[in-house]
Amino acid sequence: MTKSVPHVVREPIDLPQAQVPLGRVHVIVERCKQCNFCIKYCPTEVLEYSEDINAKGYHYPIVADGKEFACVNCRFCDLICPELAIYTTDISDADDTAEASDGG
Amino acid sequence: MSATEQTIQPAANIHPIDRLLRADRLPHILCAGCGIGTVIHGYANSIAASGIDENNHVCVSGIGCSGRAAGYVNVDSYHTTHGRALPFALGIAVHKPELNVTVISGDGDLTAIGGNHFIHAARRNVNLNVICINNFNYGMTGGQVGPTTPIGAKGTTAPFGAVERPFNLPYLAKATGAIFVARWTILHVREFHEALVRSMQKPGFCFIEILAPCPTSFGKSNKIGDGLHEVEIYRERCQVQNGAPHLNDFDIDLLDESKPIVVGNFVDVERDAFME
Ligand SMILES: Cc1ncc(C[n+]2csc(CCOP(=O)(O)OP(=O)(O)O)c2C)c(N)n1
Ligand code: SF4
Ligand code: SF4
Ligand code: SF4
Ligand SMILES: [Mg+2]
Repeated sequence: MTKSVPHVVREPIDLPQAQVPLGRVHVIVERCKQCNFCIKYCPTEVLEYSEDINAKGYHYPIVADGKEFACVNCRFCDLICPELAIYTTDISDADDTAEASDGG
Repeated sequence: MSATEQTIQPAANIHPIDRLLRADRLPHILCAGCGIGTVIHGYANSIAASGIDENNHVCVSGIGCSGRAAGYVNVDSYHTTHGRALPFALGIAVHKPELNVTVISGDGDLTAIGGNHFIHAARRNVNLNVICINNFNYGMTGGQVGPTTPIGAKGTTAPFGAVERPFNLPYLAKATGAIFVARWTILHVREFHEALVRSMQKPGFCFIEILAPCPTSFGKSNKIGDGLHEVEIYRERCQVQNGAPHLNDFDIDLLDESKPIVVGNFVDVERDAFME
């Protein structure tokens, strides 16, 4: 017999203060070989392929339109990249507009 | 703000971990979608996280695409002859015990031509971190079947499918005396990284099997279209069983969709290391 368990929704006690980190994506375009790992496994679907190609003929990841503030800096795209072609930095504390227009 | 503005191409085109890689040789020669690069990347990250002086890390590889690892890491490294990464590494570990020696090589190099060295290095509990990049075939030479090719999988030397039972590497490593044994895939990058840091900090024979796609040789013969396709198989079928007491059932059958691929940190025990 299965016991019925009361349905409880638990909210983290620090929810009001919890801050999701904001990351910024850096791509070393000429290293990318278009394996798709970073795009496929980004948990917040930040990335998509560029229209441009690099010197070897590969499309590389860029931040998709509308996803400019979606990167949570989890670093998974970086860790799984076989080419060391992508990484992220934490810009949670930066002045977003100033940072975003700095052009790298 | 447009998407292209938000994606920054770093001015110097340097990755934060480049100092531990021979970045002047990047992009490397490995194929698009090959998993070996993720392992090399993970090794560099693990060196940085190990708490061990970076100058005391040494990397030894054998021959094969996996064996190229030694050529891309910016620590003292040795690209030995085929199958001989382990005896070469043993020499370093015994002569200079202050060094932290990691062997990165392929399934063929470590368990076919180098299989005898493997069982005796494990038996003696030599202080080594051994990473076997298992791509189920001899990738470099065009996809011959080897000791880890699953039954039924095709290769250039088995056009109708392999008929021999493959090695179950964690089971072999445990049975022959390894004190740390893990199996992960390149999708489990964080777990692999933790297992490798643990291995670096643990004196004795530590073994990590890491499954990695070889789309060019293995994939092509087995209707696995690209690297991502194989990683998707890992994602769908991997089952984590950390500390599983019995490893004998954990054979890998990549082609039978009904069978799980069991991964995890399986063994973590203490035993006196060789010459200690
Ligand atoms: C003594 C000797 N025998 C055979 C070869 C040919 N050979 C080069 S690489 C290789 C197999 C490599 O397979 P593996 O270790 O699995 O590496 P992978 O390329 O799959 O990463 C073989 C048989 C060789 N180089 N030397
Ligand atoms: S750091 Fe995480 S969230 Fe940001 S782009 Fe990479 S995978 Fe996506
Ligand atoms: S994981 Fe790396 S190589 Fe693959 S598509 Fe992304 S940036 Fe390119
Ligand atoms: S042949 Fe296979 S193992 Fe070798 S680089 Fe290409 S994909 Fe990787
Ligand atoms: Mg191989």
